[in-house]
Amino acid sequence: MPVYNLKVNGQSHTVEVDQDTPLLWVLRDHLDMVGTKFGCGIGQCGACTIHLDGSATRSCLLQVSMVKNMEITTIEGLSEDASHPVQQAWKEVDVPQCGYCQAGQMMSAVAFIKQNKNPNKIEIRNAMSGNICRCAAYNRIEKAVEVAASKMS
Amino acid sequence: MKKNISPSFSRRSFIKTSALVGGGMLIGFNLFQACKPETVPPVDISQLNFNDFNAFIKIADNGMVTIFSPNPEIGQGVKTSMPMLIAEELDVSWNNVIVAQGALDTKNFTRQVAGGSQSLRQGWEPLRQTGATARQMLINAAANKWGVSASECKTENGVIINSNGDKLGYGEVVKEAVTLPIPEKIVLKNPKEFKIIGKDIPNVDIDKIITGKSLYGMDYKEEMMLYASVLRPPAFGKKLIDFDDTSVKAISGVKDVVKFGDKIAVLAKDTWTAMKGKKALKANWTSDSKLENTEDHDKILINLLNGQEFNTLRADGDVKKAFAEADQVIERIYESPFLPHNCMEPMNFFADVTAEKVRLVGPIQTPAGTARRVAQLLGRDPDSVSVEMTRMGGGFGRRLYGDFALEAAEISSIAKAPVKVVYSREDDMSAGIYRPAIKYKISAAIKEGEITGYHLKEASINSNMYGLIPNFFPAGAIKNYQVDVASYQSEITTGAWRAPYTNFLSFAEQSFFDELAELIEVDCIQLRLDLLQKVKGTTDEKIQYSPERLENVIKVAVDKSGWKNTKEGVYQGFSAYYCHNTHVAEVADVIVEDDMPVVKKITCVVDCGIVVNPLGAKNQIEGGIIDGVGHAMYGDFSFTDGEPQDKNFDTYRLIRINETPIVETHFIESNIAPTGLGEPTLPPAGAAVANAIKASKGIRLYKQPFIKHIKAKELLG
Repeated sequence: MPVYNLKVNGQSHTVEVDQDTPLLWVLRDHLDMVGTKFGCGIGQCGACTIHLDGSATRSCLLQVSMVKNMEITTIEGLSEDASHPVQQAWKEVDVPQCGYCQAGQMMSAVAFIKQNKNPNKIEIRNAMSGNICRCAAYNRIEKAVEVAASKMS
Repeated sequence: MKKNISPSFSRRSFIKTSALVGGGMLIGFNLFQACKPETVPPVDISQLNFNDFNAFIKIADNGMVTIFSPNPEIGQGVKTSMPMLIAEELDVSWNNVIVAQGALDTKNFTRQVAGGSQSLRQGWEPLRQTGATARQMLINAAANKWGVSASECKTENGVIINSNGDKLGYGEVVKEAVTLPIPEKIVLKNPKEFKIIGKDIPNVDIDKIITGKSLYGMDYKEEMMLYASVLRPPAFGKKLIDFDDTSVKAISGVKDVVKFGDKIAVLAKDTWTAMKGKKALKANWTSDSKLENTEDHDKILINLLNGQEFNTLRADGDVKKAFAEADQVIERIYESPFLPHNCMEPMNFFADVTAEKVRLVGPIQTPAGTARRVAQLLGRDPDSVSVEMTRMGGGFGRRLYGDFALEAAEISSIAKAPVKVVYSREDDMSAGIYRPAIKYKISAAIKEGEITGYHLKEASINSNMYGLIPNFFPAGAIKNYQVDVASYQSEITTGAWRAPYTNFLSFAEQSFFDELAELIEVDCIQLRLDLLQKVKGTTDEKIQYSPERLENVIKVAVDKSGWKNTKEGVYQGFSAYYCHNTHVAEVADVIVEDDMPVVKKITCVVDCGIVVNPLGAKNQIEGGIIDGVGHAMYGDFSFTDGEPQDKNFDTYRLIRINETPIVETHFIESNIAPTGLGEPTLPPAGAAVANAIKASKGIRLYKQPFIKHIKAKELLG
């Protein structure tokens, strides 16, 4: 079985997995980073969102063989102590209900705010529309992105 | 100011204490049944077991309070709100309270089911009594130390103060407190004295959630554990003939292939390999009878509605006569599809079945019942089966059913290995226990401008409305009133889905009243208020909604929503409903963009009694409403030859953030005991939106999902 060197949250890891294994399952099953969630497996729900060289990407569709030499950032890499402004905003607004989708939501939000430091409500809604929250905590997600953007600008 | 509690609740049989070896006091308590006489809490905090007690409170010698709550958290916030009740009466600062998830063995739990929005309502008295009892024990200990009467002492934020102004922290008296008898006489706070209840308290697990810690069943992992992906019959009604796993076994990392019943599990070293293995399975299926189709269900249910085979659940007066004597009869049919739950975290469960014991871990709303069923399935002594609960990535009713845990147990038993069953989204959506497709026919008899008769008929797949639902509004308001139900037995598995039955019944009835008001030319609010007048003073014990409380939420909603006083281009729809002991009114604001309705805002007024945690409560309300709007607008699920036609989010549409109304919540101030919020704001949402769509586009909707039927009506002109 092939061996891959991955750079996740600034640290190097070596894994031995089939080349078609999605990065999602490498993170979860092989590197014990379970913050990145499995929701649909077809890139429709956003629960598995990570950053690849800073861009939000669905890790469920991303084969491990395609991420060589790229910077992978997961929810665990935002901060260890929940101090990232997006995490702080999520806490301030008390966003989660079941919480399962929230890592993906936050990773989408971080990438979006980096691109758009002063987003309006429509831009927030469009940017976050790739992430499903089945508990429908959408009003708070919207608010938290606003709060986070003001913290980061 | 303080309220004496009747001595019928014997605290001694519900609460026990022990001195912890490392210092501090441990209180074990049972909420809804007495502890067995011989049971005592452990002296070692690492030995907590929840067989004899529902929960534990540890008061450390530094005064820190830890509440070990084994209650399952699905997302309704009870892991935060229930400990708030204890802390309030214990009279400690919330900053000094830690809520820890208790690992759970399940044997003696009575109320472990998270469902029906009942957790807070049922825990309201006993949890506060437990906190108050612990507080009284600490007071008694301090009074003994000081040689004063306990009645001279009071508490404040974890400190006992006597009439001389002497102070002792809770931690300083735990050693003495543990040696004292459990006090029988306690007083609960007057709601005016609440310091924690009614305050915004953030979710106790927030830090773990936002840093991506392992919390959910999907995250659970043990050494040597194998991952199982299960191939199930592709359609309801199909059975396995045979299968070929040659190419599966050739996949590196596949460890075993196990057949059980009509299912085949592929066990592998990781999830992806198990899923790949499943895809490589070749199976042949057969069926004994004709496979089911949504089109056939539609005809069957309509035939049931038009037939004579009903069970009557409530009958007041003489409906037949009222209709025979009516000036006008209005009759409408409302139709809903099946719905999958689609919890964000797909179903999964861990099982380790060995000769000695059966260990199950995972997200489940009914651990005790599941343990019993697993014991039965494997022919084991129920005492040898334990279920540990993890946090749940959503429930909505789906995790009341332990089918996935039974699968895990059976596979582990055959494979003789610890196994975690993981559903893909396709598995989750196609092996569902769905909200059944339901149709209602509602008829009203009108005589001289009055509603003289009301006849509600339900035709549903597999089962019918239950409990007090037939006695909800407008029961009691109309003299001749009848509720009849009929069902059709299907191979398709169905069950509870957030606010069972009322999730669609409320749409049907609240749409019907809107149309009825239009037809008899009365204001739609006034129609409801007039009907409620007639329920006031009822002595019918089955009528548990309060006409006064319902009237109040309606009036406040009219006021807060700016009813009929909106900007040009904004159309409103009204809905009010009682279910799960909570009274709710909602107003939807809809605009039209590109010829399609867009739901901009929902104003919601809720009477749920005392609001324990407004921050958490609003989250439930917002979520429930948007869930209700989303499924009413988009939720569509059908079967062709027994097979679900949608299996993932590429074709199955869930509401997304860009389609979401802003929810504005108003609570009715109240001193009445709290009622649940996980469900009751969902049912009225669909009708509020439908009535607003009628106001905007002139289209009256009778079927969900709206989006499909608006398009169909427009094509037909």
